[in-house]
Amino acid sequence: MNGLSATDLLGLFGHFTLLSLLAVGGAITTASDMHRYVVVEHGWISDAQFTASIAIAQAAPGPNMLFVAVIGWNVAGALGALATLIGTLLPSTALVLAASRWAAQRRTTRGVRAFTTGMAPLTLGLLLATGWVLAEPFLRDPARRWGALALIVVTVLTMTRSRISPMWLVGLGAVVGAFGGV
Amino acid sequence: MTDDAATAAPHSPADLFFSFNKLALQGFGGVLAVAQVELVERKRWLTRDEFVELLSISQVLPGPNIVNLALMFGDRHFGLRGALAALAGLMLVPLAIVMTLTLVYARFSAVPAVAGALRGMGAVAAGLVVSTGVKLIGTLRNNRMGRPLCAVIALLTIVGIAGLRLPLVWVIFGLGSLAVALAWARLAP
Repeated sequence: MNGLSATDLLGLFGHFTLLSLLAVGGAITTASDMHRYVVVEHGWISDAQFTASIAIAQAAPGPNMLFVAVIGWNVAGALGALATLIGTLLPSTALVLAASRWAAQRRTTRGVRAFTTGMAPLTLGLLLATGWVLAEPFLRDPARRWGALALIVVTVLTMTRSRISPMWLVGLGAVVGAFGGV
Repeated sequence: MTDDAATAAPHSPADLFFSFNKLALQGFGGVLAVAQVELVERKRWLTRDEFVELLSISQVLPGPNIVNLALMFGDRHFGLRGALAALAGLMLVPLAIVMTLTLVYARFSAVPAVAGALRGMGAVAAGLVVSTGVKLIGTLRNNRMGRPLCAVIALLTIVGIAGLRLPLVWVIFGLGSLAVALAWARLAP
């Protein structure tokens, strides 16, 4: 698994570079195609390794997109992690900086104001929808429904009424979960 | 126009690096909720409206929202140096932690308490995303499209993503173009 040839490594880098520009909504939206490439097409890692890569990055502090580095690591060690991480970041970073500067210069124009005005309700809708998508698997499972719902309600109430760091709530969730509450 | 003003700014790229590092390390299961608390409520580097604006731009561009937001915020203050400082702050230490976890994961993945703790953290992560949305709803008060239209667009987004499970790209570019067109018409000079 660590013996990837230079050609394969370049292919891995190239594929993640392409996916970078398609990842509207985050790297996770292209995970199905990463799976196709590294698991199905090349057989570099197993299904279980792929799923665990995503779960680990989500449990750890920091951006969830770090799962691409874990996938790269599982495929080809440190060089693999660099290939997938840099491949994922480079194209979208260049585009974001260019677009951000372009928009900043035109902040007061009707076009840019129409964009920020029109997208604002959609942005908030997306946040609430994402929360629902994350919560739904817990709420559908009768054994976990009430524990998870209690944690979610406590989280929303605490966060909207105070300025404490979300980290404490995550800690509470970990303790409740470790004792079988969810 | 806004109910709260950005009253502070990062004073150096190093300040950006350490601030984004600090918020990244608090962000289990996603960093956006912590970014909102740190950047808007604690440091007051951004107003709620500015946060929503940056998030809106982040969303239509490829790449993770929090990464795009960090890049744009850093770039606005210190140009490319600022963008890279914010990005490095967001990624470096968490990357080391994720890699360490990867190495020890195999040994503990079968322990029920570990699996339970992960589930509990997952439920809280869902609640954090919801509360970020709830806290930012107030920004729509100043929206030139008016509250009823904003409510309809937000509800259609929720139904499309959470109910019908439409691909995100369809919702962002389909409903998004419609919303921007409506806003364009309302902003007529």
